[in-house]
Amino acid sequence: MSSGQVTKRVKYKTSVKDAGTPGRLSLVKERLVFRPNNPNSASKLDMQFKYITNHRYTKEGSNKAPMLNLTSNQGASYIFEFESYEDLHICRDFVGCANLMKFGHKGVAELLHRQQKLQILELIRKFIQNNPAEMICSSVQGCCKTIDYVLHSELQKLHQQFVGGGVLTEAEFWATRKKLLEKDANRKAKQRGGLKSSVLAESKPFIDGRTNRVTFNLTPEIVREIFSEKPAVHRAYLNFVPSKMADKDFWTKYCRAEYLQRSKNIAAAIAEAAEDEELAIFLKPDDILANETRRKIRRVDPTLDMETDQGDDYSHLPDHGIFRDGSKEVAESGNELYQRTLLQDLNRHAAVVLQGTPIDEEQLKDTQTVAEALERSKQERSTASKDDESSADQERLKGISQAMTIDDLRGSNDHHLAPLWIKDPRDYFDSRQASSVKTSIEATKGTMSSHESYGLLRESISQIKSMGLNHPVVASEVAQKVLSVLTHNISSTKYNLGKKPGESLLDSLPTSVRDELLHHHISIEELMKHFWSSYPITNKYLNTKVTKLKDEMSKMDSQLQKLKEAVQPDIRHQITLLIRPMQQALEAAMQHYDAEQQKRASKAREKPNGYS
Amino acid sequence: SFSDDVSLLVVLIDTNPFFWSTSSSSLNFHQFVSHVLVFLDLIVRLSQLNQIVVIATGHNTCDYIYDSSLDTDQVTGEGELPALYSFVLQRLEEFVNKDEKLGAKQEGLSEKRASSLLSGSLSMALCYIQRVFRSGPLHPQPRILCLQGSPDGSEQYVSIMNAIFSAQRSMVPIDCCYVGSHNSAFLQQASYITGGVYVKPQHLEGLYQYLATVFAVDLHSRSFLQLPRPAGVDFRASCFCHKTTIDMGYVCSVCLSIFCKHHDKCSTCGSVFGKAQLDAASDRKRKASES
Repeated sequence: MSSGQVTKRVKYKTSVKDAGTPGRLSLVKERLVFRPNNPNSASKLDMQFKYITNHRYTKEGSNKAPMLNLTSNQGASYIFEFESYEDLHICRDFVGCANLMKFGHKGVAELLHRQQKLQILELIRKFIQNNPAEMICSSVQGCCKTIDYVLHSELQKLHQQFVGGGVLTEAEFWATRKKLLEKDANRKAKQRGGLKSSVLAESKPFIDGRTNRVTFNLTPEIVREIFSEKPAVHRAYLNFVPSKMADKDFWTKYCRAEYLQRSKNIAAAIAEAAEDEELAIFLKPDDILANETRRKIRRVDPTLDMETDQGDDYSHLPDHGIFRDGSKEVAESGNELYQRTLLQDLNRHAAVVLQGTPIDEEQLKDTQTVAEALERSKQERSTASKDDESSADQERLKGISQAMTIDDLRGSNDHHLAPLWIKDPRDYFDSRQASSVKTSIEATKGTMSSHESYGLLRESISQIKSMGLNHPVVASEVAQKVLSVLTHNISSTKYNLGKKPGESLLDSLPTSVRDELLHHHISIEELMKHFWSSYPITNKYLNTKVTKLKDEMSKMDSQLQKLKEAVQPDIRHQITLLIRPMQQALEAAMQHYDAEQQKRASKAREKPNGYS
Repeated sequence: SFSDDVSLLVVLIDTNPFFWSTSSSSLNFHQFVSHVLVFLDLIVRLSQLNQIVVIATGHNTCDYIYDSSLDTDQVTGEGELPALYSFVLQRLEEFVNKDEKLGAKQEGLSEKRASSLLSGSLSMALCYIQRVFRSGPLHPQPRILCLQGSPDGSEQYVSIMNAIFSAQRSMVPIDCCYVGSHNSAFLQQASYITGGVYVKPQHLEGLYQYLATVFAVDLHSRSFLQLPRPAGVDFRASCFCHKTTIDMGYVCSVCLSIFCKHHDKCSTCGSVFGKAQLDAASDRKRKASES
């Protein structure tokens, strides 16, 4: 789309059945203009988008002509028939986007309420795709954000409170919420398939007894597996093909070797190996593997302890298990060089599967590409692991030496024994008395001498004796006051809570209190997120941010306190318990802030050596 | 057998002259005694089996004023005042005189913070209760009601705590109606630990109403009532060396004595303390910065 103008040839109709006036429809940023081809025709149209409340269109799959129906806020509808569905889509998107931008946030909210969320998002995404420059346009971004925080009105409140109150900037607020801005960006996560756990290379060849032919089936997948499991074969392939022999010959030799192994005719195997050098490679044990294994054995951590997992029986599921039965294999001594046992093959296959280099579909085209790709990936891995190895070695040695020292066998620490000393308890009480007399001695003179004070007491007693007691001893209003004071704090929640099933404390609170509590909780969480992520403070920007957050936190603290005091006395205890973790979080953050400030201040005061 | 709702109430009345001479106008000693006398009468009339014991907490001494179970204290007779009141008042007056005489021996020394001998009266109450326990199976449930106004004497911390723990062990609740100006940490702790009720009345002119509503009920019936509980308890202790109230200090790990400053040796059990952690750390820092 160009810079916001669309012109299409349309037919303008007042109703669906109408034949329609041919003409041109121009859509610009804020208006649409229809000019009929016939200049004398009366049906000219020039309208601003803000008067269009709704637009409808025919679907592509239907047999109807591509038509767009715009409804104005006065109820009139304008129908345009397009030449193709493509034109229709372009204009429709334009109108939709124009609507959005014109309506602004309120309009979006309205459209949302008419449950056109998906359409709006579609529109926006298309618009953004087609107009990368327009993405910077704040209105579109604003629309995205609006949608999300209309959908989440708590988010809106939070946004208003923090960004509106100047505590956080827009960028900071949305920093952790990027996901919300790009709705369904990459739904399809590209996950590559891994290796099958069935040993493909063990698939039985088709043996035709009549013609004495053995047919092996080799797919690129099987080839890949063979290359991963037998690096010597891989090396041989890379060396021999295509220089020494053709692809087919190589595989023929390989399959012959496999057949010989399978047939368990060791003598024949040795004989053929003696003749054919390349065949010998396939029959010998894999030397690359042997080197690797030797290296791994050296690296094994002797302090490791392992658990075996019993009872995992996958062999009856598809893509699991092996086709070879190892029970009938007997290891004859002396011929071990040319024999591969089931265990060896199985272990090698398992190691490769666990290593888990994923397969890309493109690599499985033919054997040459498979070989090269595997070679590349192996080289990458080896360079990466070389650095780790040296450090891993050191760590391993350290770990071994630590584990080898056994505490019990060391020399014992010298335990100092304290001698028993029993004191006379009377000393303690005597010393108490002495100190108490001392404290009673030190003092300043009171306002009244002791004699006068005692005199007062005596006087009171004689007064009562002579005058008697008051009638009544407590005035009725006073008594009533005392009674109400004593009883109004009695809370009934102790008996009401927990009686109804499914009723929680939050539900039983009055709604205003509950909403306030929840809002406080969310805002405190937000504050904490931003506060703790700003430490350690490395620059001035973070410093100002943290100061602002701290002020907001103290405000929040006093708000919580006020909430506690304003609430009814019988739920006050529960509210206090609910609020306590929030208050503790705020306190911890504020203490941390103060401690940090003090540290910085003391650091600033300290001067380096030599300075005066 | 004894019925459940009988109480043996031991009332500790604060007669510290140094407190009452400075008390506020809303409650002077005259009014205080009037309220208390009516309350005592109430208890006696609630049940024929109720017993009360009144102990006066003076400045220099404590003494039993009245014991309803003693034959010598049976009150009869006519007069302007009911016999109980005149008897108690008479004994109070005698006690005040005794207290003054004992104080006169240390003439010339006046107190800054005049505290009463609460530890003494608590101990006397507990001793009486122990005697009741050993008198046989038929006894009412005893409890202690402390009518105190004087501030805490921090030098009595250890004795009061010992008395509190002994009351806790014997399952004797210590209630308190505190008529002084600031809350008493010791009595709050006493009520908290022993399961009693601590009340600091807002309207002191209605003291009798507080006493009758909260403290007249026997222990068994308390389970059906919701008595006022304070919002928090002041758990501060006094240090053993200077008797100052502290909330952060050093504790001996052998005998749990509390000190406000670092000592080399515990004065209670004699164990030697190692060098304090903070000092060691600051030494290391100093050495590091010097080098």
